[in-house]
Amino acid sequence: MPGTYIPLNYLPVLIILIVATLVGLLPLLLGIILRPKRYYPLKLTPYESGNPPVGEPQSKFSVRFYIIAMLFVVFDVEAVFLYPWAVAYDRIGLYGFIEMIIFIFILLIGYIYVWEKKALEWE
Amino acid sequence: MLPELFFAYFAVTITGLSILVITRKNPVHSVLWMLVLFIHIAALYVFLNAEFLAAVQIIVYAGAILVLFLFVIMLLNLRKEEIEQKFQKQWPLGMLAGTLFILFFVIILNKFAVFPAPGEYSIQAIQGEGNIMVIGKVLYTEYLLPFEIASLVLLVAIIGAVVLAKKKISE
Repeated sequence: MPGTYIPLNYLPVLIILIVATLVGLLPLLLGIILRPKRYYPLKLTPYESGNPPVGEPQSKFSVRFYIIAMLFVVFDVEAVFLYPWAVAYDRIGLYGFIEMIIFIFILLIGYIYVWEKKALEWE
Repeated sequence: MLPELFFAYFAVTITGLSILVITRKNPVHSVLWMLVLFIHIAALYVFLNAEFLAAVQIIVYAGAILVLFLFVIMLLNLRKEEIEQKFQKQWPLGMLAGTLFILFFVIILNKFAVFPAPGEYSIQAIQGEGNIMVIGKVLYTEYLLPFEIASLVLLVAIIGAVVLAKKKISE
């Protein structure tokens, strides 16, 4: 693979990812291996005075959540574009500043649109 | 040797995870496997000297797009019987489309793809200056127009979401 290299700087990230995965999975795995598996109907009923479950576990979500999630994605991407801009700000100067103002202004139009359409109001 | 080994691990794991994503019966399980898949793709970006892209992959895909997927699954809230009825008969067609796509891809890669000579941004140059610094410099000067067009695409996404979901809100 041309352009492939070993990113040694990222070795700590790899190690912490492996350790974090193990911390999460190892107790579960140990539990599966060690715990006795004797199930009977009474044992599977809700604990003490808990209510027996009613209906299905999934319920229909309001479509409003979709708008919220979509807005989150859009403004997340906007924030991502701000990172390299902020890092390279010294090099691009006023030119880059005006550019970013235009970028944010276009997205602001979208935000005002959503606000005016009352898509953010919960009632 | 070592880069090939790592690449082999990620290629095999990504393929395996993709198969897991499309074969799970429960769509929420699919999304969770997709999370693992996205993290592996991010690692692949790190190996291709695209650290910023790896971070974006985690922030945007694993953080935001997956939440969108989960919301859509919860919005549709399909019961098991409905899923089987609607989606499980299409797999031969899907296989055909997938095979054709791979064929098409291989043909294009062999016949038409041109691999340009390495430009000024070699791994050493990018490492020396910092990945994000290089991206910032190039994106906000050379690729100014695509960057501003990206904001218009995002604007369309906002307006599209509101237009699609507005009817339910005004009720």
